[in-house]
Amino acid sequence: MSNSDPLEHFVAPYDDSVSFDELPDAPPTTGYRPSIMGWIGITVAVFWLAVALIGPFIAPYGENALPFPDAYSEFQSPRSGAWLGTDVEDRDVLSRIMFGAGRTIGISLSATLLAYLTGVVLGIGAAVSGPRVDMAMSRINDAFLSLPTIMLGLVVVAAVGSSIPVLIVTAGLIYASVVFRLSRAIGMEIMVMDFVEAAKVRGEGRWWIITREIWPNARMPLITDFGLRLIYVILFISSLSFLGLGVQPPKADWGSMVRDNLGALQYGGSIISVVAPALAIASLTVGINLIVDDVSAHGGGKLSKRM
Amino acid sequence: MPKDTQANDVIFEAKDLVISAESEDGSELQIVKSVNFQVKRGEVVALIGESGSGKTTISLSALGYCKPGLKFAGGQAILLGEDVTGKTTDELRPARGENVAYLAQSAAATFNPSIRINEQVTEAPVLHGTKTQAEANAKALELYKALELPDPENIGSRYPHQVSGGQLQRLMAAMALCGDPDLLVLDEPTTALDVTTQIEVLKAFKSVIQDQGAAAIYVTHDLAVVAQIADHIVVLYNGEVKEAGPVDTIINAPAHPYTKRLMAAIRPLPEAGQGEISSDEHLRDDAALEVSNIDAGYGTGSGGKPNVMVLRDINVAIERGKTVGIIGESGCGKSTLARVMAGLLPACDGEIRLDGQVLHPQLEKRTREQLRKVQFVYQMAETALNPHQRIRDILGRPVEFYRGLKGAKKRARVEELLRLVELPTQFADRFPHELSGGQKQRVNLARALAAEPEVVLCDEVTSALDTIVGANVIDLLTRLQKETGVSFVFISHDLSTVASFADEIVVLYAGRVAEQGETDKVLTPPFHPYTRLLVSSVPEPRIGWLEGAIQSQEAQAGIAGAVELTDVGCPFFARCPQSVAGKCDLVAPPRMRVGTGHTIECHLEPGALM
Repeated sequence: MSNSDPLEHFVAPYDDSVSFDELPDAPPTTGYRPSIMGWIGITVAVFWLAVALIGPFIAPYGENALPFPDAYSEFQSPRSGAWLGTDVEDRDVLSRIMFGAGRTIGISLSATLLAYLTGVVLGIGAAVSGPRVDMAMSRINDAFLSLPTIMLGLVVVAAVGSSIPVLIVTAGLIYASVVFRLSRAIGMEIMVMDFVEAAKVRGEGRWWIITREIWPNARMPLITDFGLRLIYVILFISSLSFLGLGVQPPKADWGSMVRDNLGALQYGGSIISVVAPALAIASLTVGINLIVDDVSAHGGGKLSKRM
Repeated sequence: MPKDTQANDVIFEAKDLVISAESEDGSELQIVKSVNFQVKRGEVVALIGESGSGKTTISLSALGYCKPGLKFAGGQAILLGEDVTGKTTDELRPARGENVAYLAQSAAATFNPSIRINEQVTEAPVLHGTKTQAEANAKALELYKALELPDPENIGSRYPHQVSGGQLQRLMAAMALCGDPDLLVLDEPTTALDVTTQIEVLKAFKSVIQDQGAAAIYVTHDLAVVAQIADHIVVLYNGEVKEAGPVDTIINAPAHPYTKRLMAAIRPLPEAGQGEISSDEHLRDDAALEVSNIDAGYGTGSGGKPNVMVLRDINVAIERGKTVGIIGESGCGKSTLARVMAGLLPACDGEIRLDGQVLHPQLEKRTREQLRKVQFVYQMAETALNPHQRIRDILGRPVEFYRGLKGAKKRARVEELLRLVELPTQFADRFPHELSGGQKQRVNLARALAAEPEVVLCDEVTSALDTIVGANVIDLLTRLQKETGVSFVFISHDLSTVASFADEIVVLYAGRVAEQGETDKVLTPPFHPYTRLLVSSVPEPRIGWLEGAIQSQEAQAGIAGAVELTDVGCPFFARCPQSVAGKCDLVAPPRMRVGTGHTIECHLEPGALM
């Protein structure tokens, strides 16, 4: 089968009974399947989540118990009975990490959920509202955004005192302004799509448009961002704890553990008491990051193609 | 690579070329199945087929490029004697700048909006070191002149947004030709353009390809365009060559049934007297939807009047069970008129009546029953259907919303609607992205019909579709109208589609009605000069049509300008070959009755418009 002579008229063999149907689009894509990096992230995140949930029950010692009450010495090296050594007050580092996991992850998760609840409701609300309401909400939000987060956190905590609810509300509201910006932008983008206009022409109310037309399309990018925002909140809570304004002693959380045990670096002793909580923070944030990257490489790409 | 000066040498050859896609489960799917063809110097070879036929994929193989997810799986793509299928990007880089050039469909997306045009046109040869900046500038100037661009000396110093769409398309050709390529790959370069603009671009492409002695691969789904520009045609379906040969053989004596179908899908303009003559029994005086003296525009200026007035004094009556076609180039206010009817853009003056009742100009103030009776169908089914709703929910919602049907009754109605638009009922459980473009457009129509409307506003519903798929949708609309008695307002820039389908035509120019009347009467003289320009710009699948069309007085004048809204005089003044200075540019043209229900807005006597 060669039509090397350009003057030649080539006709493919055909069967009159065959009809030429409209050619289909690309076959439907399958759901999300994690890559290797995604699996690593999931493993790390699930591990820490499990530690947070059951850690306090399986920890070898109590949160403030001394593993070696007879031989008190700060910053003991790892040995049998204390696999990660002891800290500045000779408490078991491993047990404190297991107790701290629940607190660090619990506070961060609650704060991020609060940020999302407030931010998404107000952000999508602003997107579907008229220009005046939107303008007012956005300018107030801009004012919030212009304040440095750590400073704002410091001022609030210093003013009302530190407790876990205060931490959650403070971090939640600080990050709500970022979520507001994002969900408003996503909402605006979807608002101008023809299918939203079609719903308006049909006479649908605002509630239907938000819940049935906008939310299903905004969900994916917002969920992706949720993971990313959680990392920022973990780092924020840890920073506050490091500065002494977060979780208060003798309760353990990873940020405050790093701060309490800084002495090990200055005065000598087992630096594992500093490195272990720092590594815990790092591995959790990296793990979540891997999941977010993997999901957005799949879902985000598909979304942008459809939009 | 040496450039052979022999006249008959082969620039590009596809030899048993196979390109396959790897699906997610690891199996291979052949997108291009053993394709053979040649492109010789000075020749234009057209690849023609509908979307999904593999025509773009094949054309890109000339650049040694495969879209992500695709790979060369067999055969050869020989560019100037060398097989490019196995080469790396680094090896291909010199050839891509010097031997092959690619022209994408959208010039607007090709140009960087913040860099001056000349810099972008001359970038490739200067970067490849084949020309100095001065040589490239000289070449660019030569091309601007050859492409008949206005003010060739200075057009290069403008930014892309400062030239018209047709000019930008020609500038893209200049960009491609600046490096003296041996082969040009043009991917649907005129598909997105108005017919009037398409003529100017086709003409420029044709002469410049001949003058530069380049060869070209021209990818399109439009046989009428191909007849004007190609020397050879390769007809593709589902990745296979169905028919190939010289242009006159394919156009005048197509042998393969698929080629015959492609030809049949082109709707010629009805000749005088051939249009459907409406019988008296249909001539009832009850308009389903009537707009009178409508003025509308965008923005809010002083006194509550819009900043930019788009529509002025529009009067249209849509009779029950009839179709009114609205035509004009982009920027003439066609979609604006549909949006006014739907209530999306409240008119600032005038009245809209539905069944004799005055409709509120604003959507929010209309009753649910009024909303139900007027439905809107969008041009792009891709964006008009919510990607996260199943077809069942997309069609089910209006059924429930307007008719209150639930459960089994709703499900039955959805299936009935799918059958009505000739789709299998299993599609109810699919998402929009699991359907082809034509199927999505059918769902889009079914959603409007779900409301059991009296009037359906169709905004360019076939413009984004291939010729065959578009023709099928028109057949469907015709059938639906017979079965349900619905009225259509059919907006399109494609006169031949409108003419084949509409009972009445409204020709809009710059927001004013230029001509209005029964299809038959509008398409026969006397013509408004703008109607004449549109009629003469519709490409015919006939070799040599382009040469004839560009000689005509209308085309010469029409190419001169773009649509501009004016406050005084006739907006068509600058482009009209028959304009009278001192009158047409100063006084708004009067509305002349030239026959029953046939009006032309022009200063000239009907005799002068024959």
